[in-house]
Formats: sequence, C-alpha cells, structure tokens
Amino acid sequence: MIQVLFFLFAALAVGAAINVLVQKHVLYSALSLIVMLAAVSVLFILLRADFLGMIQVIVYAGAIMVLFTFVIMLLNLPENEDGADRLRWLKFIGIPLGLFFLFMVVATLWNVEPLRTAAPRLIGSPQAIGQSLFTDYLLPFEATSLLLLIALMGAVIFAKKDL
Amino acid sequence: MTEYLTSSAFIIVMIKIVIIFGGVMGALAYLTWVERKLMAFVQMRPGPNRVGPFGLLQPLADGLKFLFKEDVIPTNANVFLYVAAPVVSLIPALLSFSVIPFGPWLQVSDLSVGLLFIFAITSLGVYGIVLGGWASNSKYPLMGAIRSSAQMISYELSLTLSVIGVLMIANTLSLAQLVSSQHGTWFGFIPRWNIFLQPVAFLVYVCSAIAETNRLPFDLAESEQELVAGWHTEYSSLKFAMFMLAEYANMVTVSALATIMFLGGWSGPMFGPFWLQAALPTFWFLLKIFIFIFFYVLLRSTIPRFRYDQLMKFGWKVLLPLALANILVTSFIVAVS
Repeated sequence: MIQVLFFLFAALAVGAAINVLVQKHVLYSALSLIVMLAAVSVLFILLRADFLGMIQVIVYAGAIMVLFTFVIMLLNLPENEDGADRLRWLKFIGIPLGLFFLFMVVATLWNVEPLRTAAPRLIGSPQAIGQSLFTDYLLPFEATSLLLLIALMGAVIFAKKDL
Repeated sequence: MTEYLTSSAFIIVMIKIVIIFGGVMGALAYLTWVERKLMAFVQMRPGPNRVGPFGLLQPLADGLKFLFKEDVIPTNANVFLYVAAPVVSLIPALLSFSVIPFGPWLQVSDLSVGLLFIFAITSLGVYGIVLGGWASNSKYPLMGAIRSSAQMISYELSLTLSVIGVLMIANTLSLAQLVSSQHGTWFGFIPRWNIFLQPVAFLVYVCSAIAETNRLPFDLAESEQELVAGWHTEYSSLKFAMFMLAEYANMVTVSALATIMFLGGWSGPMFGPFWLQAALPTFWFLLKIFIFIFFYVLLRSTIPRFRYDQLMKFGWKVLLPLALANILVTSFIVAVS
C-alpha cells in the first residue's frame, strides 16, 4: 500500500517538476510547482515525517507560492512571452551550476547508509525535530535564521531608499 | 488491504464521514438562512419569509435556483482554471472537517499534527479565489484576487502565531488532546479554558480569522461597493454556489478551531441519562460554534468595511507585534513555571 502511494506521488512530483520547465505560461509553471510541493509533502508523510510534510505545505505551497502567483498576476505577463533572448548568457552559468548541484545530490545520496530497520515512530515528530534543531544543529539553525534576517533587511532597504 | 476494507474499524470511519459530511453540508445550507434572518433582524426588516414557515425552505429554493441557472463562462476566460477554481476552493474547505473533533466519539481521524493539517489545507483554499479572479479575465475579479492574496498572506502570519501560545501550554498538536487538556475547572467554577490563559492570543486569532475568511469588516476581496462582487463577479449557477459553500465552510472551520483551542472544545456540563450524556458534548461544541457564527453575523451587520491601507496596517503593525509579544511572554512564563 505504502509502495503504491510512494510511486504514485513520486511520479506526480516528477511530472509536475518537468511541467514547471515545459510550460510556456509562467502562471502554469507556478501552479505545477504547487502540485509538486504538495506531492513531495505526501512523500514526507509516507516517511513518517508528518510535521515536515505539513510545514512544507504551509510554508511553500500556502505562503510562498501565493506570493509568486500574486506577483505574476500583478505584472499580468502576456502569454508566450519568451525571455530567452535576453537571458542567453544564463545558460553558460546555469548548465554547469545545475550539473554541479546534481553531482552534489548524487554524491550525498551515494554515501547515505540505508536504514536496516523501519524508521522509529517518533523520528519525524515535532518534539524530535525541535530537540535536534536546538541541540545538534543549533549553529546551522541560527546561521540560517541570520541569513534570512539579512535577506529581509535587504528587501526593506531596496524597497525604501529613504528610510 | 481487503481485510481492512471489510473490518469494522473501516465501516465505523465510513459512518462517521457520512454523519459529519451530511451534517456539515446541511448546516452550511442553513447558515445562509441564519445569516439572512439575523441580518434582517438587526436591520429591522423581515428577511426571507415567503418559502415555508419563517422562510425555512429558502435554502432549498436557493439550491434549486443555483441548479437551474445558466452556467455562464465569460469570453476569453481561461476555461480550465475558471472551472477548476471553485473546486480548488471547496475541497480544502471540506477536507478540514476530517480532523475536527465534534465530540469524544465523533471525529474521523485524530492526526498527531491535526492543527497543522488544518492550517496547511486551508492555506491552499486561497488558490481558488486567486485563480477564479485571474481566470475570469475581467477587471473586478482580478482586483479582488490580488487583494485577497495579499490579505491572506498578511493575516495568516498572525493567525498561525497567535496559536503558538496555546500550543506551548497544551504541549500537543492533536486536536483531541487539545480539547482534553482543557478539562476540569479552577476553584470549582471557572472552566480550564485557554481563553482565560491566553486572552491576547484569542483576540488576535478572532481578528485574523475574520480576515482569513474574507468576512466584513475585512472583506476587501469582494467589497460590493467597489468591486461588484470581487473575485466571483463572473461566476454563476453551481460554481457560484461552490464558492459560497466554501466561504461558509471556512467560517465554520475557523469557529470550530477557536472553540477547540480557546473554549474547551466539546467540554461542558454533563448530566442526565446515558443517551443524553452521549449527545451533550456534540451539543456543547455546536453551541459554541454557533455563538461564533452569531458574532460573525453581528459584526457583518454593524461594522463598516476597513480601507485597504488600514487593513494592511492593522495586520502588520497591530496584530503581528501583539502575537509575537504574546509568544514571548507565554514562553517566558512556561519556562519559569
């Protein structure tokens, strides 16, 4: 049963992710991205990380993508607008960076030891995640929050030049 | 798999789903009647009183009317998204009822992250509004959709943050455990409800909940005087009915959440014979929800609409700092005691 659900939603996630790239209209891309995020959250739940799955939907599908669609609708881009000629040089940076990212993902997954036993029930619970965030991973956690704060302040300064 | 489909656990869950779904759909239809009657009472006019005694058959007549109206799709509308939008807004609104405990035995499924599930599902409902407004290819709906998405993001923050204080006290995300953590009384007569521990959080929650459900005084997304009917201006027939159902369902959901988190859920005085004891928790729960709905309707009929900049200022400069301060104070007290 879990295997069937896994392949169903994994296929949905991959299909939606490809659709994000294939679609000409930027709003359809955004909508496919929402479907992809929701499908990935189902995969989280199948891995017994209920908390992460819910947070994935709340933060990405429910908040960030609403902002994306908001901006898309506000600009109301014409259909089939091809921005490729303006950004031609991007592919010379984008392709190597993409390959590098792929290499990192494969290298990380290669070294992961498979779990011999089934994951314990509490591994994805809010308590367990809170514990590990504030003990083992305190420094990365705080560094990430600082990074977000800097980005936030940067956005405010860009928006308001005379503070 | 097949064993589960014939087991009694599966059949019991199915019966619960039928009871809750049927009850909720019936209640949603009659909420329109309640709202129209109450508003009429406030404004000193009779309200619907032609169809059946006291207009009680009005929801049925409305439903039939929706069914037989012409289904208009505007020219140059994006047909796929235009048809999908009402579905996208109704399904999340109804899904959230699957984790709400209507009584000790009337809950479809008690998730360990039930509260987050409701927030996740209802945060997807905004796409119905946004897509409906965009796909109509018309000015007013687009304005309504843009306003709505900005408003939803702003108020979702304070809505979610206001809950954290309650969660720190109750130490759980499961809705059934949230209810059971509020059983009993202080000094024998004050119920142990979170509203007495978290009054600020309660106020922030109620304000942002009204904004999240697009109701007056925060209904900038559909404000009739400026935008005709906002995002659903171009919708007619059953699609319009689905938008309406979703709106009322969201109203019931946020009221139910407020009841569960702040007013002790289905807890209340228990008395009488066995059958009464079984029915009383559900009765108390529905009564508390109804008080919220009553408050909603009174607000709608008495308070004028906010201006758009006032709405944004109120969300970001009043509610958000209040919610954050509440978290700070609560976490300090929880850590000390």
